Amino acid sequence: MTFADAEILETIRMVTVERLDIRTVTLGVNLLACAHPDVGTAAERVYTTVMRSASGLVETASAVAAEYGIPIVNRRVSVTPISWVAAACDAADPVPFGRALDRAAIELGIDFVGGYSALVEKGTTRSDARLIASLPEALGSTMRLCGCVNAASSRAGINMDVVRDLGHRILELAQATADRGGAGAAKFVVFANAVEDNPFMAGAFHGAGEADRTLHVGISGPGAVRAALARLPATASLERLAEEVKRIAFKVTRAGELIGREVADRLGATFGVVDLSLAPTPAVGDSVAAILEEIGVDAAGAWGSTVALALLTDAVKKGGAMASASVGGLSGAFIPVSEDAAMDAAVAAGVLSLEKLEAMTAVCSVGLDMIALPGDVPPDLIAAIIADELAIGVMNHKTTGARLVPVPGAGPGDQVEFGGLLGRATVMAVRRTGAPKLIARGGRIPPPLSSLRN
Amino acid sequence: MGERRAVVTVLGVDRIGIVAAITAVLARHGGNIEDIRMATMGELFTMIALVNLEGLQGDFNSLQAALAASGSELGVQASLQRREIFDAMHRI
Repeated sequence: MTFADAEILETIRMVTVERLDIRTVTLGVNLLACAHPDVGTAAERVYTTVMRSASGLVETASAVAAEYGIPIVNRRVSVTPISWVAAACDAADPVPFGRALDRAAIELGIDFVGGYSALVEKGTTRSDARLIASLPEALGSTMRLCGCVNAASSRAGINMDVVRDLGHRILELAQATADRGGAGAAKFVVFANAVEDNPFMAGAFHGAGEADRTLHVGISGPGAVRAALARLPATASLERLAEEVKRIAFKVTRAGELIGREVADRLGATFGVVDLSLAPTPAVGDSVAAILEEIGVDAAGAWGSTVALALLTDAVKKGGAMASASVGGLSGAFIPVSEDAAMDAAVAAGVLSLEKLEAMTAVCSVGLDMIALPGDVPPDLIAAIIADELAIGVMNHKTTGARLVPVPGAGPGDQVEFGGLLGRATVMAVRRTGAPKLIARGGRIPPPLSSLRN
Repeated sequence: MGERRAVVTVLGVDRIGIVAAITAVLARHGGNIEDIRMATMGELFTMIALVNLEGLQGDFNSLQAALAASGSELGVQASLQRREIFDAMHRI
């Protein structure tokens, strides 16, 4: 098979100039066999299972990245929701599981481990309740552990009792990590319609329907997409732009597919999915918001942002779906405020509001992601923001999430440094008119009629 | 790992001896050049070679490192990648 010089050079340009990379390879590990009535024994089993399952991950990822010339930025592990693994223990709290996972992550040399999670959209088990109560300590006292709660689904509705409680837990978690700007809360997500094969943190967990060891890939190429659009004439129509995004998404996804399967193969793991999501980083040239600006929106958050994001997310899916035999995860565009230089700049400039972000989540793949809030936002307001986001997911049969970080002692416009991979953020202004009476009622909001599909 | 072909890419400022040095590294490591193209645009030098590694002496990483080192000495960027990445990205 022949190749063209231009294609070789294009690949090299995408990597070296346009910041194309494989954002993460995430190994999902089944921990159900670790269950044991004694929490110490079970936690130790969790530690050894993760160590054994992921022992070659870092080295293999490095080798494959070097051989194919595409960097793999992060190596991660996701596990079975801990509330299931801990259910056999009649222990007071499952924090030992969290510590075991954190210890394994540090020894393996991976940056995050996800799965300190509970799925409670329809009801809360005793084990789920213990895990949720333990969130401030478990996520606050560990460095690499991430967790999530699925509080809603299009089939089950919205568990408003849990949403109310999580308003409190998120505040406590932020306060427990006040010395790091509330960074503990940045390792926690509340979902509607959470997926079982998400390779990205903080919401990754290894679902019940998966095999024992499954390797998922998260690709990322916002820089490559933006650069491709910038090469089109300023008068190019929106369909032309959509076509171009599709082409680049195809190439980026193909890179992820090839590399992901190679890593899975060498590890003897099942290959799971390529998550097509365009995931930005704070680095210059690696921004999703910059793509919106290239499409023609004056700044992320301005009028026109929702339609631009809709075009982008859909075109990414179309190009990516053609490129991969197995697409999954969240697969869309991420708009994490603190992880996208142009998004954060738009917040600082007062152009991007929380309300506009909420609107944009209706058409993109995640939700209110890495949002730094003032530290004095009351729990019921946090709960109401979360509930609104979950409603968008439930009613539209899509995944939405809320990853909110109330920064202790900070006010709108303040810069906060979370440290490490979590980066830094500008605290957003939040309107204080909320729904304390609604939140106080509790109960479960029933699912929409549209979920009766049979 | 099946396919034993890789692509060598060299990019940088043109000078005498680049092709000679890079092909010498390949020869030393048992790489057989199946296709080679070179172009200069003004000062900019680019070279792309398709190399068969069936007769490779030593491992992929050593060849990769040797090419990078040779490129470094010449002030150019020399990289080695398995060819599948280009096929995957640029073919339906």
